[in-house]
Amino acid sequence: MTLPLLLLLLVILALGSFLAGRARALMVAGGDARRLHSLPAHHGLNLMLAFALPSAVALAGWLLARPAAAPGPAAMLAIPAIGLAAAASLWLTMRPESRARNEVEAAAKGFLILCSVIAIATTVGIVLSLLFETAGFFRQYPAAKFFFGTVWRPDFRGDSDLGFLPLLWGTIYVSAIALAVAVPVGLFAAVYMSEYASPRFRTFAKPAIEMLAGIPTIVYGLFALITVGPLLRDWIASPLGLGTSGASVATAGLVMGVMTIPFVSSLSDDIINAVPQSLRDGSLGLGATKSETIRQVVLPAALPGIVGAVLLAASRAIGETMIVVLGAGAAAKLSLNPFEAMTTVTVKIVSQLTGDTDFSAPETLVAFALGLTLFALTLGLNILALIIVRKYREQYE
Amino acid sequence: MTPAAPASSLLVPDARTQARNRAEARFRLYGLAAVSAAILMLAVLMGSILSNGLSAFRQSYITIPVTLDAATLDKAGTRDPSGLRQVSATAYGKLIARNLQAALAAKGIATDGLKPKDIAALLSEDAGARLRNMVLADPGLIGRTIDADLLASGRVDGFLKGRVTEESAAKDSKIKPAQLTLVSAMKGAGMIGLRLNPAFLTAPDASEKRPEAAGLGVAIIGSAYMMIVVLALSLPIGVAAAVYLEEFAPRNRFTDLIEVNISNLAAVPSIVFGILGLAAFINFAHLPRSAPLVGGLVLTLMTLPRIIIPARAALKAVPPSIRDAALGIGASRMQTVLHHVLPLAAPGILTGMIIGLAQALGETAPLLLIGMVAFVRDYPGLPPAGLADPATALPVQIYNWTQRADPAFVERASGAIIVLLVFLMLMNGAAILLRRRFERRW
Repeated sequence: MTLPLLLLLLVILALGSFLAGRARALMVAGGDARRLHSLPAHHGLNLMLAFALPSAVALAGWLLARPAAAPGPAAMLAIPAIGLAAAASLWLTMRPESRARNEVEAAAKGFLILCSVIAIATTVGIVLSLLFETAGFFRQYPAAKFFFGTVWRPDFRGDSDLGFLPLLWGTIYVSAIALAVAVPVGLFAAVYMSEYASPRFRTFAKPAIEMLAGIPTIVYGLFALITVGPLLRDWIASPLGLGTSGASVATAGLVMGVMTIPFVSSLSDDIINAVPQSLRDGSLGLGATKSETIRQVVLPAALPGIVGAVLLAASRAIGETMIVVLGAGAAAKLSLNPFEAMTTVTVKIVSQLTGDTDFSAPETLVAFALGLTLFALTLGLNILALIIVRKYREQYE
Repeated sequence: MTPAAPASSLLVPDARTQARNRAEARFRLYGLAAVSAAILMLAVLMGSILSNGLSAFRQSYITIPVTLDAATLDKAGTRDPSGLRQVSATAYGKLIARNLQAALAAKGIATDGLKPKDIAALLSEDAGARLRNMVLADPGLIGRTIDADLLASGRVDGFLKGRVTEESAAKDSKIKPAQLTLVSAMKGAGMIGLRLNPAFLTAPDASEKRPEAAGLGVAIIGSAYMMIVVLALSLPIGVAAAVYLEEFAPRNRFTDLIEVNISNLAAVPSIVFGILGLAAFINFAHLPRSAPLVGGLVLTLMTLPRIIIPARAALKAVPPSIRDAALGIGASRMQTVLHHVLPLAAPGILTGMIIGLAQALGETAPLLLIGMVAFVRDYPGLPPAGLADPATALPVQIYNWTQRADPAFVERASGAIIVLLVFLMLMNGAAILLRRRFERRW
């Protein structure tokens, strides 16, 4: 007897108990459904649940107790028997005034709650898995050396230098270049879209800009690798003698900047639109030009929200992986030259965790410490951004 | 006495007004420039991918008559399938090489200075294997002479597509300029040419040495399996969570906690979900590495918040009067939601669902960590058991190809991106269509 067969049997019995419950309800009502408290279908569902829930619990318990093995004939009979016993007792006690609907709905609500709790479970899972392995890492490698070390030189034979600072520097440098591209372009685009553009231009340009956010990051990565990298190397870095590598901080930063433009522009657009028209009318009425109104009235009023948008974009940039894996290089360096290859936290998480990994070596476990720092960093930025945006929204509501 | 000229006129702007108007025009221009720059980048990105990748859909084939010599391919002469199977792909390769030389001689194309080995090297190492599969499928071909389309090697393909030149060949250990001269002559004689390459979409990945044979078959199946898992899990869970939070949840700290969690999870970097998948599903639950099942689970966790948020918005958009009417004629709250609110919100929920799926389809980083980056040549089996077979995924296959040394793989990677983008466009197009068709303003 195999597991699929047992499952099939349980499904057939569950359907059978639904039909039996419906028929029994009509029977106790003497064939007149109006005498029932709940619809016959509710009674059917209730009986099905009375069968399915105990069976499912029994099956799960049995599988946990003896994983891998196929259910023997004893289990084959015992698991449905538990469910059938529960269903039979309900069948016998069913009366016209039984509140089957309330019970079915309570079970449905339980399912809904269970599904919402998955969000919490995911967060707890992330935090636990990161904390657990990070603790293992810090048992093997001193935390001070990790957080303040300036050399990153993992060596799987042992005796590695796993300093976090070069990775943090690379991450911040790439993100800063990305923001230097995305913030001016995104902000000006948002201002133009909300204050100047005609509705027709908007309907065409807004989706076009937002398409940039829908393109998978691997596409940007390849774009950095085969187009932007060689372009920057051949036209800027090599003639100026700044570097000979296609993969560089500037390459990754530039491409990431393009990717983050819609994050800045969409959110800023919403926020600029939320600035009350009366402020604009007041400023224009005093004789200010449109651009003066924008610069001196609208933007200051929208500033907290824009700061929030920029923070969200920054958190996106810090957590971005594929663009830096393909565009920034793998050498951990503390350097100011933007045309040199550097590396980021996310690149090193990928490189330490792909391929053959040994989950007791600090060189592998360091990826979890990096992941935890990344998680904390982006979470902090997000929460800060949300607080700022929320506070600002309350102002005008 | 003439009246004094007016100090200023509304019709003649003074210097300051002119400066202010110029500043206004400049400011407006900056805005337009920013929008144009963003759109231009989109165009450059698309142009770069298309110009690099479109050629991946065409491949060079050498067309020659091949005599399927019974003495080599079926020594026993019985056409017995198990006997035919014992003849290796290498033997077929040698057979093809002999036929190629004969064909060149028949057309009178000079092969001076080229050893037989160099002529055979014009063909892909996969050409023999493909011919062998053809013969195994139809043993009746043995003994006949057929006009066969044989896969050319990656460098020859690159030459016909303009990627490989005489100068680059001089520095290349894999091809000689003399071989390229021969290819030019063959092209003149109509023996070699580019044609559509459906194998790019159906064939499995090929090794480092055979870019010309590499295809997306396994990756497309793997991605499809993962989307099945994501859809099967995140649609019910996402809708249930949204319904609970929007329709049933009391306002208390527990509900707040769930909401804060969902909005934070939507912003957690995708690679962190990869770490979670590695720690929870592979190291803790001992699920197989490289399996679409695990990839689908990880992507489900990642996509759920991105589905719940639009689903809640769709539920919120259903006016309270609908609920009041249903409750007023005696429906329970669950009946109100299931019979009235949910059907009205369904188009919005589905739109959010499709967009979430499209994001999941393009996601790469978390899949790298759970081993989807492995080299897989075997097609996974049919679901449900096939969900646990090793496979790759479209975006990971692209990453994989970018990591290989042969420049022919760049073309493959760009071609794969075109395939990925076509899928994404279809999904987003469906979402837009759904919204246009069913959107309701109350």
